[in-house]
Amino acid sequence: MYELRVNGESYRLDVPVGRTLAGVLRDDLGLTGTKVACGEGHCGACTVLVDGVPTLSCIKLVHTVGEHEVTTIEGLRDHPLVDAFVRADALQCGYCTPGQIVSASALVAANPTPTSDEIRHQMAGNICRCGTYPKIEEAILTWRD
Amino acid sequence: MARLIRTEKEVEGRYEEQWVVVDEDVLDQWPTGPREVVGRPAPRVDGRLRASGQARYTADVRLPGMLHAAVLRSPHARARVTRLDLEPARRATGVRGVLGPDDLNGLTREPSYRGAGIAAVAADSLAEARAALDVIEIEWEVLEPLLDADEAVARGSLLAEPTNYERGDLDQGLAQADVVVEAEYRTQTVLHNSMEPHQSVCQWEGDTLTIYTSTQWIWGVRADVAAALGLPEDKVRVVCEFMGGGFGSKNGPGDFTYIAAELARLTGRPVRCALTRREENLDAGNRNATIQRLVAGARSDGTLTALGGEFVASLGWDGWLASTAGPMQMLYACDNVRTVEYGAKLNTPPMKAFRAPGFVEGTFGLECLLDGLAAKLDLDPLELRRRNHADADLVDGRPFSSKNLAECYRRAEKHWARRHEVRARSEGSWKRGVGLASQTWYGGGGPPSYAWVRVGGDGRASVVTAMQDIGTGTRTAMAQIAAEELGLPLERVTVALGDSARGPYASVSAGSSTTPSMGPAVRSAAADAAEQILELAAERFHVERRVLSLRDGHIVSSDGGSWPIEEITGLLEEGQIQGRGNRGPNPAGMRVLTFGVQVAEVAVDVETGEVRVERVAAIHDVGRVINPLGASSQVEGGIIQAIGHTLSEERLLDPATGDVLNQTLDAYRMPTIADVPEIVSELVDIPDEHLTNLGSKGLGEPPIIPTAAAIANAIRDATGADVRSLPLSREEMLRALREAEQRRREPVGATTA
Repeated sequence: MYELRVNGESYRLDVPVGRTLAGVLRDDLGLTGTKVACGEGHCGACTVLVDGVPTLSCIKLVHTVGEHEVTTIEGLRDHPLVDAFVRADALQCGYCTPGQIVSASALVAANPTPTSDEIRHQMAGNICRCGTYPKIEEAILTWRD
Repeated sequence: MARLIRTEKEVEGRYEEQWVVVDEDVLDQWPTGPREVVGRPAPRVDGRLRASGQARYTADVRLPGMLHAAVLRSPHARARVTRLDLEPARRATGVRGVLGPDDLNGLTREPSYRGAGIAAVAADSLAEARAALDVIEIEWEVLEPLLDADEAVARGSLLAEPTNYERGDLDQGLAQADVVVEAEYRTQTVLHNSMEPHQSVCQWEGDTLTIYTSTQWIWGVRADVAAALGLPEDKVRVVCEFMGGGFGSKNGPGDFTYIAAELARLTGRPVRCALTRREENLDAGNRNATIQRLVAGARSDGTLTALGGEFVASLGWDGWLASTAGPMQMLYACDNVRTVEYGAKLNTPPMKAFRAPGFVEGTFGLECLLDGLAAKLDLDPLELRRRNHADADLVDGRPFSSKNLAECYRRAEKHWARRHEVRARSEGSWKRGVGLASQTWYGGGGPPSYAWVRVGGDGRASVVTAMQDIGTGTRTAMAQIAAEELGLPLERVTVALGDSARGPYASVSAGSSTTPSMGPAVRSAAADAAEQILELAAERFHVERRVLSLRDGHIVSSDGGSWPIEEITGLLEEGQIQGRGNRGPNPAGMRVLTFGVQVAEVAVDVETGEVRVERVAAIHDVGRVINPLGASSQVEGGIIQAIGHTLSEERLLDPATGDVLNQTLDAYRMPTIADVPEIVSELVDIPDEHLTNLGSKGLGEPPIIPTAAAIANAIRDATGADVRSLPLSREEMLRALREAEQRRREPVGATTA
């Protein structure tokens, strides 16, 4: 048995070694807000926070999470960034959006008033194929409005 | 009044004549300009669901007892299976079903491209399915692949007969020209890489097959699967409520759907078959590479006398020949045009439509060539385009239903005027310049398409139609149209879509056709419901129907009376007002097209060949704009995808084996937020007075079309170098700079553009 802390809840799991955090979140806990788009850590869609640090859950083995607290998009539903993204139209198909918001939440937690350059640097690991980047930048610039 | 008409249906530039039953469109268009809801910026009605991870995509569907499929794919571009033993896979842990080449059409013993499916396994978990693939015993005879497009044309390996087009006489046109330019352009293979991989979950319930699938066309999947499986169409139910991008690659069911359906039938369990990212970049389609050998001639005043081109498209093992010659035939008023197009059949993964297929590639060649011509003529590139403006369609002689390209040019002037100031900002090895390119495309949509609108006692409305929202924001646009017609605030309208069993037929979300096809049907259904409400109100309030209208949630009388809409709809108790709407016909005898122009600003490091796009201004004419906010997102997204295929994206093949070398997203370089320039987008927003009850055309594709040429032309402006091969890598940039340097040294005898 293995204990995993997600969004303030504790889950007891019986999963084989080698399972990814993304797989457990989506398939065992039903937290499908975390998306998997490449499955090998290249696109950022699966980003979750582990003790506040953006982490690629598709290449994070669940047994390496240990005591640390996992925060997924489900734990950020009331974060002002969600509305900021909607207001700015910072999503099209929306498949990368939960990962974008999770990454952005870590950015604004560390730096509540990021500049455009800081946003472009910090968010460069989250690919959006629809090309909503200008609106993502706007959403993060205006997240507290 | 329904009637049967013979009409043209156009998708992605392919026209088909067909009979359709249409209802006459009796509604007048709304006046030009923003209305109460339509024409005003609206955040997506489903934005919160998507952003907060609550929207359920196909990838999120979890059915009880669901199995997971994995597909064994050919490691060779061309080979023959000499021995295949599936038994070890059948015995592997967790395996519930195995399919081989004898079991399904999409699986083969003689793969003709890297990634073709050979066998498939369904198991309790994806890990077990993949492990079972590893124990399949297979031996190969590897065969020589055909990978070169020119060689394929020479050997007659073509997917279709060459397409010939001619008007006037090209040779005569060249003889009349004072200036002639010739050049060869090349564009690369580009991968769609939708964020949600292609996938289906198939489940049999009795003799009905339910398919949850990530698709751009619910009804196309239904029809194709029903035909392939010999089922009546209403025994196939297709569901797609949310989907994670397609860009043309998800217009049909795909082999993964057939694999899931057959494994589900075999095992009696629901089965998911999802492509991995690597499979996505092998067998989910691509924008095919092209070779374009072009010539243009003009008189000294800039009048085009001749345009000619030979186009070779590397289609791969399967696919269709999208028109790369289309822009050359359609964009300018030139009397003498001759084009020939070849679709090479190669041992490479099949192409699929990718956002304005053919026109993206063809516009790159044509619009670069035109700037070469402008340089030789010593004529302003914008002026050259104005002088050759096509006032009517020269391909079939029809008038345009509307065309505001001249207005686009006028609005582009202020961006074009920046070139003197931009060039002056060149510094050291960094040279700056400005370029522009024009664009035309289809985007008129067409019938049939249907919608229902129901209004409940609480005065809220639902639009019901079995369409899909692929991320373009059509759900929101449809809600806006219904809200406008019903005089309701947007938050009182919901849209139910995404299920072929629970709504009427709707059009494909491809070819920039969703809004122009579906929007008029939704408006017509809302108007039908509104009319019923007003008739009831007239009766109830003892006033004439003609003095009543719906506004802001109220029934409003021209003499000043005003009643909340619930005062009428509330009388229904559990009852509902039902509105029904159809997409009317396209204007007879007219050509419906979209137009635009983009102005790009670049900086080029002439020492390293690095190219940076600093600003793109886009002005497009797509008729009435329903949602200016969503529309600006479409424009930005198109330009950003275009910047990827202009500068960094290229699927690389091993030239000896035909293996795909960059299947992963670290190796296949798509733009990130750090690569995005300033983007200024402007829409002309003049309704097409001849097109439907809305006057709206599609916007999904036009913005991706002219960007590459505008960037290349800006590079020429900055450096004098002609880049002619996409992507504009440093290698290509440095080659072009060396060539320009050589030309400066020996100015006589230069033959290229």
